[in-house]
Amino acid sequence: MKLSSNALPSSDTFRANREAHLTALSTIREAALSAAAGGGAKALERHVSRGKMPPRERVANLLDPGSAFLEIGATAAHGMYDDAAPCAGVIAGIGRVHGQDVMVVANDATVKGGTYYPMTVKKHLRAQEIAQECHLPCVYLVDSGGANLPNQDEVFPDRDHFGRIFYNQAQMSAMGIPQIAVVMGSCTAGGAYVPAMSDVTIIVKNQGTIFLAGPPLVRAATGEVVSAEDLGGGDVHTRLSGVADYLAEDDAHALAIARRAIGNLNHTRPQTVQWQSPEAPAYDPDDILGVVPADLRTPYDIREVIARVVDGSRFDEFKARFGETLVTGFAHLEGCPIGIVANNGVIFSEAAQKGAHFIELCSMRNIPLVFLQNVTGFMVGRKYENEGIARHGAKMVTAVATTNVPKITMLVGGSFGAGNYGMSGRAYSPRFLWTWPNSRISVMGGEQAAGVLATVRRDGIERAGGTWSPEDEAEFKRPTIEMFERQSHPLYASARLWDDGVIDPRKTRDVLSLSLRTSLNAPIQPTRFGIFRM
Amino acid sequence: MFQKILIANRGEIACRVIDTARRLGVRTVAVYSDADRGSRHVALADEAVHIGGPAPRDSYLRGDAIIRAALDTGVQAIHPGYGFLSENPDFVDAVTAAGLIFIGPSAQAIRQMGLKDAAKVLMQQAGVPVVPGCHGANQDPDHLAYQADQIGYPVLIKAVAGGGGKGMRLVEDPADFATALQSAQGEAATAFGNPSVLIEKYIQQPRHIEVQVFGDGRRAVHLFERDCSLQRRHQKVIEEAPAPGMTDDMRATMGAAAVRAAEAINYAGAGTIEFIVDGRDGLRPDGFWFMEMNTRLQVEHPVTELITGVDLVEWQLRVASGEPLPASQAQLSIKGHAFEARLYAEDVPAGFLPATGTLAHLHFPAQARIESGVRPGDQISPWYDPMIAKVVTHGATRAIALRALEAALCDTEVAGSVTNLDFLIALTRHEGFGKGEVDTGLIARDLTALVKAAEPDPGTRALAVLGLAGLDDPMIRGGITLWQPLRRTIAWDGGEAVLEVLGPGAARVTLDGTTHEIGYEGGRWWVDGRPRRARIVSHAAGTSVFGGRSLTLTPLDPLARGGAETGGGLTLSPMPGLVKAVFVTAGQQVAAGDRLAILEAMKMEHSLTAGRDGHVAEVLVQAGDQVEAGAPLVRLEEESD
Repeated sequence: MKLSSNALPSSDTFRANREAHLTALSTIREAALSAAAGGGAKALERHVSRGKMPPRERVANLLDPGSAFLEIGATAAHGMYDDAAPCAGVIAGIGRVHGQDVMVVANDATVKGGTYYPMTVKKHLRAQEIAQECHLPCVYLVDSGGANLPNQDEVFPDRDHFGRIFYNQAQMSAMGIPQIAVVMGSCTAGGAYVPAMSDVTIIVKNQGTIFLAGPPLVRAATGEVVSAEDLGGGDVHTRLSGVADYLAEDDAHALAIARRAIGNLNHTRPQTVQWQSPEAPAYDPDDILGVVPADLRTPYDIREVIARVVDGSRFDEFKARFGETLVTGFAHLEGCPIGIVANNGVIFSEAAQKGAHFIELCSMRNIPLVFLQNVTGFMVGRKYENEGIARHGAKMVTAVATTNVPKITMLVGGSFGAGNYGMSGRAYSPRFLWTWPNSRISVMGGEQAAGVLATVRRDGIERAGGTWSPEDEAEFKRPTIEMFERQSHPLYASARLWDDGVIDPRKTRDVLSLSLRTSLNAPIQPTRFGIFRM
Repeated sequence: MFQKILIANRGEIACRVIDTARRLGVRTVAVYSDADRGSRHVALADEAVHIGGPAPRDSYLRGDAIIRAALDTGVQAIHPGYGFLSENPDFVDAVTAAGLIFIGPSAQAIRQMGLKDAAKVLMQQAGVPVVPGCHGANQDPDHLAYQADQIGYPVLIKAVAGGGGKGMRLVEDPADFATALQSAQGEAATAFGNPSVLIEKYIQQPRHIEVQVFGDGRRAVHLFERDCSLQRRHQKVIEEAPAPGMTDDMRATMGAAAVRAAEAINYAGAGTIEFIVDGRDGLRPDGFWFMEMNTRLQVEHPVTELITGVDLVEWQLRVASGEPLPASQAQLSIKGHAFEARLYAEDVPAGFLPATGTLAHLHFPAQARIESGVRPGDQISPWYDPMIAKVVTHGATRAIALRALEAALCDTEVAGSVTNLDFLIALTRHEGFGKGEVDTGLIARDLTALVKAAEPDPGTRALAVLGLAGLDDPMIRGGITLWQPLRRTIAWDGGEAVLEVLGPGAARVTLDGTTHEIGYEGGRWWVDGRPRRARIVSHAAGTSVFGGRSLTLTPLDPLARGGAETGGGLTLSPMPGLVKAVFVTAGQQVAAGDRLAILEAMKMEHSLTAGRDGHVAEVLVQAGDQVEAGAPLVRLEEESD
């Protein structure tokens, strides 16, 4: 049934909302554009003067003209390491090559020589995780000095550190997910294993090098004096060592060879869902900025967002009269059937049960799930605990955790407490998790957290017979509130890759569509749910 | 009427004749050379006979082979088309001697008109005005120079046996006469085997107006005039009928003169009397002179057909099969106005050089009459006239017919060869031409502006880049990115641009430092905020933009960078083996791909070729040597750049 909107685009509220969203958006845009500029103009100039293509142009020229590029972690490491690693020094995202979706991971050598900061590793691994889950061939555009030595303790030893990159390559290769490396610069030490572990490796003449130890280390270790080119240049590796398979004249040639390699993969898309002809929403996605309140605390009908996202604004709402704070239903998005789970307030027991029921339906029917998350949590209080909200919540969390249909999560507002779990937060491995600039994420609201701490403190003071003035209490609460405010900001979250990126809310439909299409490169495995606490 | 005829021609005119023959229930036999085995006229005809090699002298000029084909296929008559053997009296005699009918005038009539000076004398006797000039047999340079002085400069030197501008020279200064004469005679000798020339007065603002005549051997009628003044170096570019500014009085005078000319030689069939007209003070009944008679159907005959409603080929067949003239002069009248533009494969910026190529894309508008001998995928071969088509339009008035021509040309699409299409379009937009102020010097005077108006502008190039990127279907959703568009390089043979796709049907193309905004809205392309009459078409030869200023870009193969070996100078033995032969010596120039040596290994012979162009610096082995894998065989000199 076609949704109808109650929005009044000429109203003051609508305009004020829009203004507030645009302000929040411009902060994110600035961060994203500055991240995209990598190591800055001077570093780029030096990079280009060596005959190298700028990293983002490498990505563009690998992809088909007109390909979308669903970038992952576009503001990763924002505000971290004294802003020394814009975009975490690596570009990652999904685009098309000869019509085939691929995951591109491109080192940005203008950022500290492309060395791996902890967030660089995390982003690289996240890209591989997406590739593995979505069966995306991986193309690594390698131009990196390896681990960032000052950060070696957070880069090298742990499970999800540097070594995991090669582990993932081997695992994916074993799964039949092609691994292709294009060596366009350094590939030193551990980094040498990226091309070495790839199925197909291309190296650029007089530019790409691969070696376990570079000339200075060789000299220190054995006294041998050798040039980088003779030690591990393109000629050596394609003619003598066999570490690389194709010798390219320059970046453009290397990317053309990589494109051909992908064109020859004979990779097929599995039959997954029944696609329909796409149809634009009846309501302009642009108006999302006006219909969503600027203040998270102002409730709004999530159907206003759904109407601006799904095909024809048509929504087959399931169980509309039951557990009304959770909106569930079927729709199509760019022709792809989806099940939507969206918040219209705090989750009550009925809503949680309805959510679990709906997720079961979608799992049974192989329908991908889209979560529109704006949740302050599950309802608290004696009545609700007594009726077993934890039990009902657990049903929904179990369903979310164990369903095998692709899940895409969009944070369109608050993401607080256990609501985050029930609505497929990061820990529930949605294929993609995107956030809006107005979203906030934390274990609870800052006010509530400060209030909890203040209550404990007050009890202590009062037990000791003392008194606590409201001014002192406010002063006590302030740092906690401020910390929560800072840490719940989407840029703070995205810098740490708690999500895959902050997006322009007006692109919600586009981003969801690309996420779905990407996810459906992998077959949908049958679901086997855990025990539902009845 | 004949049951079956043979068409001793090719291309559009052969197709044209077949069309009418088919309509009249006459079966057709085509002839073809090796180069035309797959040509359209062969496909259209009921039967086809191979007559020889691709060079015209080995096929379409071989009267004997053509007559044999006619006899073998049992035809009753031969239609010669235009060009080739159409005005060759010996061929006419041979056809007649073989017991066949030549669809055209008698050999005698052709002979009488074939030699231009004799023809002029004949015309003078018949009371047809001729240009003052010297048409004598005396070819002595001094005599001719004297005659030129008598006629008065500027004068024109023309080959007696010539046509089509060959062996023709304009001399404005007596001092240049001797040199011009020599080169004209030389050219005439080469082209026609006859160095004889004639000298005539050069008319300063001349118009070329010709009268279509049709005779049955006794009587003749005229089908009014055509104006062919729009010429470039004596090659007609756009023809029209009737002539702009023609008065009833002058038309009647010219028509009567033309009929007198035709009847004077008992002309049978379609013919054209060409007049030179002084256009300086408008058209006057005393301001035209006989130039020559073309004793065949003209290329530009369709404009006459469109204004008179007569099918001239039908008349040719009817009269040749013995019928009297199908209409009297009184029954003929002019209705409206018609234009014909000749679409050629030629390189306009390079000086209208003939071009060749495979027509990767060819589309003609339905609203014009198209005479064409080619189809999509056909070749424009170097052997023949590179005409692609004649685009012919008709309208109630000259202005309407001209706008129809412009529109038809704008809707014409050719890719796979350069063409004069945009030059023709520029001509249809020429202000003076639009007003009917035509003379044979118009194109030469305004050539620079016309060529420039036909050049593709940056907007056209930007659209072509979009097409080359495969994004010419505006419905394709694409280019979605989170924060900024991808900047992708699109390269073609001759340049590159940066493309940023902004969404469905929206893109930015940066070309030569300028960024163009491209959009698709309301069913048309917009460039930099302005709508375009442009269509983007992708085909085997690349991508073309059509619609007034056209452009074809050929993609570059990004992989075609040569293998790793091409840069180096050494050719190495790919495996152990015996050097069977060496083909080069030190100092020899070789081209990439040239065979350097043969290596015999594993019972196979392997050709080793040069990886790049260069000079052989050293041959390191000789035939009979046994070599190891990787052994150097030939070294090329270092590249000097």
